[in-house]
Amino acid sequence: MLTILFDGIAYGMVLFVLACGLSVTLGLMNFVNLAHGAFAMAGGYTTAILMNRYGWSFIATLPMAFFVPALVGLLLERTLYRRLYGASHLDQVLFSIGLVFMAVAATDYFMGSQPQLIQIPEWLRGRVDIFGVQVGLYRSFIIAVCGVLVIALQLVLTQTRFGSRLRAAVDDPRVARGLGIPVEFVFAVTFAVGSGIAGLGGALGAEILGLDPTFPFKFMIYFLIVVTVGGTSSLIGPFLAALLLGIADVGGKYFVPELGAFVIYTVMIVVLVFRPKGLFARG
Amino acid sequence: MAKFADSVADRAAASLLKRGRWRPAEILFWLVAFGAVYALPGHHLILNEIAIIGLFAVSLDLILGFAGIASLGHAAFFGVGAYAAGLLAIHVTADPVLGLVFATLLMAVVGYVSSFLVLRGADLTRLMVTLGVALVFGEIANKNGWLTGGADGLQGIFMAPVFGVFEFDLFGRTAFAYSLVVTFLLFVVARRIVASPFGLSLLAIRDNPLRARAIGIPVNARLSAIYAIAAAYAGAAGALLAQSAQFVSIDVLAFHRSADVLLMLVIGGTGYLYGGIVGAIVFKVLQEVISDWTPQYWTFWVGALLVVLVLVGRDRVGARVSQLWARLGRGTR
Repeated sequence: MLTILFDGIAYGMVLFVLACGLSVTLGLMNFVNLAHGAFAMAGGYTTAILMNRYGWSFIATLPMAFFVPALVGLLLERTLYRRLYGASHLDQVLFSIGLVFMAVAATDYFMGSQPQLIQIPEWLRGRVDIFGVQVGLYRSFIIAVCGVLVIALQLVLTQTRFGSRLRAAVDDPRVARGLGIPVEFVFAVTFAVGSGIAGLGGALGAEILGLDPTFPFKFMIYFLIVVTVGGTSSLIGPFLAALLLGIADVGGKYFVPELGAFVIYTVMIVVLVFRPKGLFARG
Repeated sequence: MAKFADSVADRAAASLLKRGRWRPAEILFWLVAFGAVYALPGHHLILNEIAIIGLFAVSLDLILGFAGIASLGHAAFFGVGAYAAGLLAIHVTADPVLGLVFATLLMAVVGYVSSFLVLRGADLTRLMVTLGVALVFGEIANKNGWLTGGADGLQGIFMAPVFGVFEFDLFGRTAFAYSLVVTFLLFVVARRIVASPFGLSLLAIRDNPLRARAIGIPVNARLSAIYAIAAAYAGAAGALLAQSAQFVSIDVLAFHRSADVLLMLVIGGTGYLYGGIVGAIVFKVLQEVISDWTPQYWTFWVGALLVVLVLVGRDRVGARVSQLWARLGRGTR
């Protein structure tokens, strides 16, 4: 019972790390980026390739799983995304769906459609018994890493100069520009970091979520649920939403498998209908 | 004063009539389409598909192009319509026309009910809710294998001849003629709808909902109505697919259906009804050509096309098409 709760928390943590970049682009920059999962997939594949072809250790690949998607994100932001900041949501959706289609087909072409295996290192496998609860080591590792990330992100957003510049740039780009804040630069960096964190999530979560070319489509809806249900006024909302979703999904699959993903989708619709701004939005 | 009101009413009526008038190019288009029943014997299967997805795209155009409701889950109505027609054929009657009417009416009801979910919130919420509704239907179909066949699809559909006369053949000729006639009839109705005062009020809502409300248009009621109509159209398209393929796969509710139909509409241009059909033709032909060339990876090029279309500005592409359209209409009159 508690093991399921624990797995659910780990799952939710991974979902949050995957989705928090999206909560920034969607919530703060008001850009509907359905291609967010493609960056996560890029991170997962970076880890898989480096480990399986070049024999890197799992831990050593994690920084690369951050930097490669971040770089790709930066390039795409500078060349393509920035043109669409002012566009309608429908245009943004079409554009990012197009990107996902391309990413899925290209991954399939270069890597094949089979799922990628990521061997987690020996010392992270297995389970230990803590106070009578069976706890997976790898899942504890994920919870620790993600927990650190959450706290770091929240601190960066609320306590640093960069964080306040970002919030200012989002609230009113014109005034922010007038005050000498390099809005374009702030957006580009934010987008790149968001993509990088998604990549890191993809690498960390590959063992739990699986990794194959359809990844961006399979989990797109989960990211969107996290962000829309959590609301976008802070990182805490999406974080709680991700935990809830993780626990509900793992628990649901364990206790009532015949319902499948039905509950999650229904909950999302209900929340959106009654609280269009998210469950944890202020006001 | 009364005279003034009369003349305004006259002018409005005249302008509506003008909007509703058939242009020679349109008549030519449908003549060519019906000619294909006789002229292109080897291609009836794909033509049938084009007629069906064309109707599906027209139904999306009704809400997106005319009422401004963006949907990422329009396949919900298409898919449920297909299942409704398929199940009716298996369990109740094999008559295709009855099945079509049943699926269409059922989807009108489902569309009307779900419109209340969609009406709330802005663009983004609508996109998410429509997507969610489609996912829920997909999950229901997937988990209730006893009814829908689950992932194996709904098998064992047998269709009686249309009106008891025209039997469905292997080469899709009857199927194409049947789909084309249905698409044409529904298209004529859609044309009538958008050229009516009701259609004009939708345009007003699309362009400025606040102002539309201020001049006394019952915004929500109108949107519910057109959403139900569009859902009925999508259901009819789904029913046509189920009947002519005599099989319903779970794929009818998949996300890529909704994305594809959006793409078709974007290719053809929104807001003039023919966009859906033109887009369906271009999409299907592209699909054939590209998948001949790289069968597995054709979605890559679809994605590239979407990205380019958005970056170039789909409005501009659309505007050019409608300019051309207007010129054609004027030139031949």
